[in-house]
Amino acid sequence: MNNISVFCEIENGIVADVSLELLTKAYHLSEKLNCKLEAIAIGNKLNSIPKQVFPYGVHKLFLVEDRRLEFYQTLPFTHIVAGIFKESKPQIALMGASNVGRDLGPRVSSKLNSGLTADCTELEIGDFYDKKNDKQYNNLLYQIRPAFGGNIIATIINPEHRPQMATVREGVMKKEIINKNNIGEVVNLDSNKYLNNTDFVIEILERHVEERSINIKNSQVIVSGGYGVGSKENFKYLYELASVLGGEVGASRAAVDAGFADHARQVGQTGVTVRPKLYIACGISGQIQHTAGMDQSAMIISINIDKDAPINEIADIVITGDVSSVVPKIIAAYKKNTK
Amino acid sequence: MKKLKIVVLAKQVPDTRNVGKDAMKADGTVNRGALPAIFNPEDMNALEQALQLKDKYPDTEITILTMGPGRAADIIREGLYRGVDNGILLTDRKFAGSDTLATSYALSLAIKKIEPNLIIAGRQAIDGDTAQVGPQVAEKLNIPQITYAESISYQNNNIIVKRRLDNGIETVQSPLPVLITVGSSATICRARNAKLLMKFKHACTQSELQEKSNDYIIQQRPYLKISEWGVDDVDADDKLLGLSGSPTKVKKIENVVFTAKESKIINDNEAEINELIIELIENHTIG
Ligand SMILES: Cc1cc2nc3c(=O)[nH]c(=O)nc-3n(C[C@H](O)[C@H](O)[C@H](O)COP(=O)(O)OP(=O)(O)OC[C@H]3O[C@@H](n4cnc5c(N)ncnc54)[C@H](O)[C@@H]3O)c2cc1C
Repeated sequence: MNNISVFCEIENGIVADVSLELLTKAYHLSEKLNCKLEAIAIGNKLNSIPKQVFPYGVHKLFLVEDRRLEFYQTLPFTHIVAGIFKESKPQIALMGASNVGRDLGPRVSSKLNSGLTADCTELEIGDFYDKKNDKQYNNLLYQIRPAFGGNIIATIINPEHRPQMATVREGVMKKEIINKNNIGEVVNLDSNKYLNNTDFVIEILERHVEERSINIKNSQVIVSGGYGVGSKENFKYLYELASVLGGEVGASRAAVDAGFADHARQVGQTGVTVRPKLYIACGISGQIQHTAGMDQSAMIISINIDKDAPINEIADIVITGDVSSVVPKIIAAYKKNTK
Repeated sequence: MKKLKIVVLAKQVPDTRNVGKDAMKADGTVNRGALPAIFNPEDMNALEQALQLKDKYPDTEITILTMGPGRAADIIREGLYRGVDNGILLTDRKFAGSDTLATSYALSLAIKKIEPNLIIAGRQAIDGDTAQVGPQVAEKLNIPQITYAESISYQNNNIIVKRRLDNGIETVQSPLPVLITVGSSATICRARNAKLLMKFKHACTQSELQEKSNDYIIQQRPYLKISEWGVDDVDADDKLLGLSGSPTKVKKIENVVFTAKESKIINDNEAEINELIIELIENHTIG
């Protein structure tokens, strides 16, 4: 049976969240398809990878350990991943829509001449009847994604070509341990089987990685600011509110572009997708690219001077007013009532 | 150092960023036909990187390559107004319906014919946001790729690129040939040059020429002719183009409908906000 394969991204010996989220999703898909879940990990010093991924239901883990592969590089990773796919013939292959996955995915798909759909927001299993050729396809991967700047939602399929490849952004799928005692099979592969010297023509001269200190994705409360917050200074109200509510600060792209907040805080199509218990949108107009990343929030409060701002249409509660006047009142009210 | 021969890949796209009221249909969906066609923003960033290399190494030759319908000749004119040496419009009905892989196949054939040693493209186009065409072209050409570039320089026959990681920055070095995709964090593109605008204002393709009557201008100034290449010019295999060459199929398209939901309105005064907060604490949303 052709399995589902997930490429695991690794930084400093740790499997990225996005890969664990995809393993979770892939496990559920594999149950539907009655097949097994495989994972691929490439890097240096991979001894702790098995115990990181097996709880997510991985049945078989391909490990390719090589000290030259500590950091991601296009050509060697492409040749290894494509090589493993050729041997294990997965029906579905998933990777994160990170800078790594979006570099690797298209390269591998071009090599194998298989279709790839970027930045999927949902993955489902379903059937397809091709009217033109009178052909029925069962159990295809439905790759669902926004397109056209978020104005349409497209369902993409790859009827004929395998693997059916898709990338998904961090935070879109939920990470969930399937069975903490699960132990799968480890298959160690020799990198030299897949590589030749010309794969290392690109040399990394310098690499500068910041610790990921900001992670708004797992926060239950997000106080998010837009261009309407007005300045970096005004963002301090939002930090204060987030801190009293035990939440994190998010931002719209316009706020990030204006330098009010870091890119790591950006919510939306080109930022993170969040689904907190409470999302407070301060001075955010609510363009589709923003709402795509937060409309699953359990409760949305909008604070906006414009009572007709589009965000108000998806908000549960609308406070009409200036951010710098409303937010301090919320802080004061919260402090008063929780004493 | 080796002379740089650059191909810039650029696409004409509908402006999906600012969907104004006039582009919305009554049912809340977008009328795609009503969106203006623009030069894909990140392809502009790519163009600027190529132009900067030419500023520094004036013998650099830049060709702008675009695939699309006849009106995409605008992309080439925009390139000429800013300093590229020439442009090629890859256009044929048989290209229609191509997904990123079939598009990459067509582009890679055109690139092979031009024989550049450096290819620079935008990271992604705003109508699809896939970021796939650059890497897929590089694979078809069997050359290395560097994605998410912020700046490009050329030293000792090597290309040096500063590129974005998800959580950092990396500087890499590659020999030629190489394909680079440039992201939106790179320098924005220069404006049109007034002299070049005058010079290339009448630049057009053969097809455009048939609709106009300024034949004589082109005859006198052959540099105004924009090349158009079709399937036969690049020796493409029809089966690998368009719908038949595309592994991915669109099963379904749903328009995003903006629906209103009942929301509670609160005014900016202490009493109302206080009441709201009490409610949120009581129903355990906060606290
Ligand atoms: C391909 C693509 C991807 C994108 N990805 C993202 C993404 O991931 N995330 C994202 O957010 N955007 C994204 N965008 C941009 C998006 O289209 C919008 O431009 C952006 O979300 C607007 O941000 P904003 O709401 O902060 O700013 P604006 O649209 O300028 O809205 C400001 C709001 O603040 C209100 N306001 C002004 N002053 C005050 C005040 N004193 N008090 C209260 N309210 C006030 C105004 O009434 C207005 O509603 C993307 C765009 C494209 C094309």
